[in-house]
Amino acid sequence: MLEQLPVLSLLIWLPLLSGILVLLSPGDKMLVWSQRFGVVVSLAVLALSVWLLAAFDTTTAEFQFVERGDWIPSLNIGYELGVDGIALPLVVLTGLINLLVLFGSTHSIKFRQTQFVAAVLLLTGAMNGVFLAQDSILFYVFWEAMLIPMFLMIGIWGGPNRIYATIKFFLYTFFGSIFMLVALIYMGRETGDFSIQAMQGMPLSGTEQSWIFWAFLLAFAVKIPMVPVHTWLPDAHVEAPTGGSVILAAIMLKMGGYGFLRFSLPITPDAAGAYANLIIVLSLIAIVYIGFVALAQKDMKKLIAYSSIAHMGFVTLGTFIILKLINMDAQSMAVQGAMVQMVSHGLVSGALFFCIGVLYDRLHTRNISDYGGVVNSMPVFATLLMLFIFANAGLPGTSGFVGEFFVIISSFQADWRIALFAGLTLVLGAAYSLWFYKRVIFGKAANDKIERLDDINIRERSVLIILALLVIALGVYPQFLINIMQPSIEQLIQLTSSSKLGG
Amino acid sequence: MTHNLIHLLPEIFLLTAACIILLIDVFSKDLDRNLTYRLSQLALLATAVICMVQFPDVQYHLYDRHFILDPMAGIIKISVILLAMLALLFARPYILPRRILRGEYYLLHLFAVLGMMVMVSGGSLLTLYLGLELLSLSLYALVAMQRHAYQSAEAAVKYFVMGAIASGFLLYGMSLVYGVTQAIHLTDIAAYIADNEASLTLRFGLVFIVVAIAFKFGAVPFQMWVPDVYDGAPTSTTAFLSSAPKVAAFGLAVRIFGYGFIGTLIDWQGLLIILACLSMLVGNIVALAQDNIKRLLAYSAIAHIGYFLLGLLTGTAEGFAASFFYILAYAIMSLGGFGCLIYLGKGIEDVKNIEQLKGLGRKNPWGGLLISVLFLSMAGLPPFVGFWAKLEVFLAVLNSGFVWLAIFAAIMSIIGLFYYLKVVKVIFFDDPEKEQKIVAARGLRLGLGLTSLSVVALGLFPAKLLELCEQAFQYL
Repeated sequence: MLEQLPVLSLLIWLPLLSGILVLLSPGDKMLVWSQRFGVVVSLAVLALSVWLLAAFDTTTAEFQFVERGDWIPSLNIGYELGVDGIALPLVVLTGLINLLVLFGSTHSIKFRQTQFVAAVLLLTGAMNGVFLAQDSILFYVFWEAMLIPMFLMIGIWGGPNRIYATIKFFLYTFFGSIFMLVALIYMGRETGDFSIQAMQGMPLSGTEQSWIFWAFLLAFAVKIPMVPVHTWLPDAHVEAPTGGSVILAAIMLKMGGYGFLRFSLPITPDAAGAYANLIIVLSLIAIVYIGFVALAQKDMKKLIAYSSIAHMGFVTLGTFIILKLINMDAQSMAVQGAMVQMVSHGLVSGALFFCIGVLYDRLHTRNISDYGGVVNSMPVFATLLMLFIFANAGLPGTSGFVGEFFVIISSFQADWRIALFAGLTLVLGAAYSLWFYKRVIFGKAANDKIERLDDINIRERSVLIILALLVIALGVYPQFLINIMQPSIEQLIQLTSSSKLGG
Repeated sequence: MTHNLIHLLPEIFLLTAACIILLIDVFSKDLDRNLTYRLSQLALLATAVICMVQFPDVQYHLYDRHFILDPMAGIIKISVILLAMLALLFARPYILPRRILRGEYYLLHLFAVLGMMVMVSGGSLLTLYLGLELLSLSLYALVAMQRHAYQSAEAAVKYFVMGAIASGFLLYGMSLVYGVTQAIHLTDIAAYIADNEASLTLRFGLVFIVVAIAFKFGAVPFQMWVPDVYDGAPTSTTAFLSSAPKVAAFGLAVRIFGYGFIGTLIDWQGLLIILACLSMLVGNIVALAQDNIKRLLAYSAIAHIGYFLLGLLTGTAEGFAASFFYILAYAIMSLGGFGCLIYLGKGIEDVKNIEQLKGLGRKNPWGGLLISVLFLSMAGLPPFVGFWAKLEVFLAVLNSGFVWLAIFAAIMSIIGLFYYLKVVKVIFFDDPEKEQKIVAARGLRLGLGLTSLSVVALGLFPAKLLELCEQAFQYL
């Protein structure tokens, strides 16, 4: 039955239209119903994306469930949707995380709750749109439109310094992406077609490629974020409400990585090769230097935010190391690592921000020094947090290990020094994660409030347990995910390895 | 020689209607001038209908080639009339409590629209000038409408003096052009330029014409009047001033540059590039420092003219289409923006400061959402119409090979985003100072609803309008 439906369109428009519907509903009088409605809609979105996962053909790199329609025929901009092995895991992740946010974190929002539900639904639709769009302008429309609900989310429900943080977030992201728009228009004009596949196939001279590469780099480096344009992230995370932080860390950051894989590598392979060293060095700086920065944080959310930047360093490293490799197996291992790292980080950082939200809801402080001895009053919570902390540190058996391990192994084949620096994460990640855990969870209770804390309730528990199961599942059997991605990754590597010069 | 006047029907109808309404208004005893208002709207609507019925498929050069009737003229006329109707919708609840001379207000709108219609159909320098002057004189009077307000009078004098100087420049330039080419018809001028080398005197005349057009658009460095007039004029006049006349002035610019002087493209292109860059730079940067929302919108108007010129300066049909789309989108957004200010005014007190919008999103979520949509659209964010406008002009300049201009415009739009966000921030993130319910007239709500709806609808489905814009310039 589902075969006949335009599933991809549903994934985008169901949440978008429901979001608008919630926005139009008569405000807080219908609060409970709008929350339930939100959960039901995101459950439906998740169900659709899981169905997509089941019906997805893992033997081909072709885009599947393709939908094509006219949008602006005079400019050859189409409404084109499709999904491949790179987009699919991220779509499922989006569905899952947004459901958990709506289910698990709306109760910590104290005012204008219906609008929060609407914002999450709108974000879901727009983010699915980013991953599913096969037309570059359609992609860009979703990419930018997504900023508006996030901007409002941080600005309305955020912490004390929220306005500074949210404007910084918006301006940084817009700064990056406007140049991408110019690059996209430039290429669309050259090919006469704005579809991403046409752009991947078009020949480009060396100069053109480096300009376009830099335009893409600005957009994606800000989003992922890479050093030195990462400074918006800690601010945005600290000020955002729990749900906003979770979405930001779990999905929005992935868009940078997705952009590198979808645009930078296949469209400008030669320029990517030329600048690979730069990106690799920046990734290593992110991994090592930001690791140290994370160690020094006093604010829990900031610590996790910096650890996110360090983890995203592995994504960029895994993505660009393939330009330094000749061996196809090592290349595909690197990209697999980057992708697994994205999915894993989505689960782990989402879970960690949930955990911080749990603590913040109870004590209303994010200072690490205000905590201590939480294990005495919240044993279940402490156990679950421990799992996520281990995953964050990259312990084998958790999802965090797989991605980092793959990337390190493949970078060994390029240059042992890269692998050496990347490997430092095992020390640093363990250091900041475990030390954080020790300070918050163990030791003497910092004050009597902590002794009187209630352990997590059934709602929080179910959210965290779902995430925990997925973290372990991905850590034990990553092959499931890799099978889905493999054909697409191979095609990507092929595109990246073939020069576009001169043709 | 006899002429068939049927092609002039919309103009003749509007003129007759305006005169009749004037007479009716003189003898009207109704202080609220309900009848005048309704008749004016009706006259505009009827004119729009006639324009639609008469919509030309090909280009006619009529009345000894003084009058051009082509798809471009048709589309611009219809859009100008619709914008004027919306502006009247906004004007009524504004001028009613303020007791601004009411009958004349509507009539001046009608005459302004007539001027614009003549202007966009102008086939010779004479018709163009006549149309422009009819428009300008009506606008001077509209700005001065609030006679007792000191600011309004100041704005009117400034506008009048500046406008008169600009008109003088235009006439002087035209006379130089006439002296060289012995022609006032655009087609003759184009033919002369095609056959002869453009002389220094001709270029000299062209520069004067460019300066005059820049004055009318308010492009830097001829922008001095814009903030003062926008701020000083009654808000409803500002709303009108910033929308329909800009579209018509675009028609004038295309007639002169595209039809008359296309042969000397390199001469005026350079001038327009300078105007565009300066407008984007000055408009965006000075807007950052504004606390007064009307002045902020005025500087943003200057910046938008900069982006708009990007399409015009390419001198291609495609570029003109991009500019047309841009100016239409801008006219809708700007009309909506000032309409929101009317909507937010309490009693006869105007909204001046951005601070006064504090907490609007909480007090009045719908009003807050409407303004935010309009401002985000002005910033060029998808999925609103402003995004497509930007995309079109970027595409146009890239097609003409000015990659650096596109990059410059991109950088400027980042600066622009900041002050639009500043307003959205005040609306949504700041706490309201005191609860006050906003009561708005039905017409105003209807108008605002229409503008924001079109901003969103055109943002999602821009294809039809883009096609229309391209069709308008097929006879270049």
